[in-house]
Amino acid sequence: MASQPAWMNSLFTYTGSPSFTEFLGAYAPDLLPTRAEALAAPVGDQIPHATTIVAATCAGGVVMAGDRRATSGNMISQRDMEKVFRADDYSCMGIAGTASTGIELARLFQVELEHYEKNEGRSLSTEGKAHRLATMIRGNLAMAMQGLVVVPLFAAYDADRDAGRIFSYDVGGGPYETQNFHSIGSGSIFARGALKKLYREGASPQDTVLACVNALYDAADDDSATGGPDVTRKIWPVVAVITADGFRRLPDDEVAEFVQSMLEVRMADPDGPTAPLR
Amino acid sequence: MSMPFGYASPEQIMRDRAEYARKGIARGRSVVVMQYADGILFVAPNPSKALHKISEIYDRIGFAAVGRYNEFESLRLAGIRYADLNGYSFNRSDVTGRGLANLYAQHLGMIFTESIKALEVEIVVAEVGESPQEDQIYRLTFDGSVFDEQGMAVIGGQAEAVGGRLKEHYREALPLPRALDAALNALTEPGGERPPATQLEVAVLDRGREHRKFLRLTGPRLERLLAEAASEAPQPPAAEAPGTGASGDTGDTGDTGDEAPTAPDGDIDTGSGE
Repeated sequence: MASQPAWMNSLFTYTGSPSFTEFLGAYAPDLLPTRAEALAAPVGDQIPHATTIVAATCAGGVVMAGDRRATSGNMISQRDMEKVFRADDYSCMGIAGTASTGIELARLFQVELEHYEKNEGRSLSTEGKAHRLATMIRGNLAMAMQGLVVVPLFAAYDADRDAGRIFSYDVGGGPYETQNFHSIGSGSIFARGALKKLYREGASPQDTVLACVNALYDAADDDSATGGPDVTRKIWPVVAVITADGFRRLPDDEVAEFVQSMLEVRMADPDGPTAPLR
Repeated sequence: MSMPFGYASPEQIMRDRAEYARKGIARGRSVVVMQYADGILFVAPNPSKALHKISEIYDRIGFAAVGRYNEFESLRLAGIRYADLNGYSFNRSDVTGRGLANLYAQHLGMIFTESIKALEVEIVVAEVGESPQEDQIYRLTFDGSVFDEQGMAVIGGQAEAVGGRLKEHYREALPLPRALDAALNALTEPGGERPPATQLEVAVLDRGREHRKFLRLTGPRLERLLAEAASEAPQPPAAEAPGTGASGDTGDTGDTGDEAPTAPDGDIDTGSGE
């Protein structure tokens, strides 16, 4: 088979693992989002950053929501950015940190999950998916040290448990499974504080969406890099609900209703709903 | 002039290789790929739940194969790599069935001319489009020939006989149960019994689905569909036990006489050259 071009050879005779990332690393390493070259100077402040993502489990699933703002330093670089991505039918990921790297990672992660599923005829386990994402984040560590930090949040519906699960990461990888709710990004401290008071275990997906939208509002209230709902331009948070029926990104008009009902409460009480003291 | 010992003419070598491959492919059961109202239907008699003859390659592209399992499995994996790689480096919409068929043709043709043994496989690459006119079904034979099929393709086993029966029952835009009925009719020898759900591998590329169009039909869903197909099978007026499968085979053309067959004209090329 001497006359066979090299590229075709490895397409047909590659016998590695069913991981797409590993195949790509052997076959076309320049397509991987994580590269080893050192940058001449840290660029962290000059390229857009994605900000706050929240996730919370609900009855029979999990909800993830993200604001729409991307910032470069003190500038708002995009108002309608998407940073919650469908990973496969039963999982999704949100990204905070360097937007470009995060988007590329999300794209690769989507292909990774699908590639395994088509190769093996079954989906990866929830832990398997979470671990694959950890490996990708760890691969980006060198770039993270140069300012290109990206940190994801992973949420999935686990059919074996019939429940939603949330995994968080740091720049070195992970995953860290977190109970009930979690948030990442610049506004995450405020969002987590809000969720701590608003989260109800076993609440319906609708109530949990409302809690998440409230948490994002609180984050936007106190963090300049997190965007609140843009009523004039009709830009609402991205909200995804994953249950046994699969991944569903709520359409804009549905999110608008949640935002509207939240804003009505806030008109009377700008700090939003309060948790009972006792 | 006497030939040196052990000489075989190139014609003879090619003929022998082709003969060898054809024999291997004809040994198994046939697989039917056909258009139906909402997309493309794949039907294969296959008792194994794990070793698939039909599978998904990409969003709109499905794959069916007959012959040696290890050989078409490596083709399938290569196809998935090709599709995922292109979809990742460009865009999901830039992965086409035509490109994949060409890749396979190149590989099959090269193996056929350069290796001692041709791959004993015959494959179908099907792509579902936005409308039935944009659907594509490519059939590839062991020597790398590509056939752009119209509406339906049969590979493996007694492909010619199955193709003939399928052509009799094929209509454009059949609803799914009726398309399944036509496929099963074709796959069942006249007078034979239809395979039960456990012996069948059925999948569709449904253009109405989001993201990935490929869907395997298994379990209760397939059984319901098979029951529907059996009840929709045109029965000859003489009462006959339902579910005997081949019952519609002879009386059928009379029953649907008002509906002219719209199957493409001409003989079905089954790749088994005469």
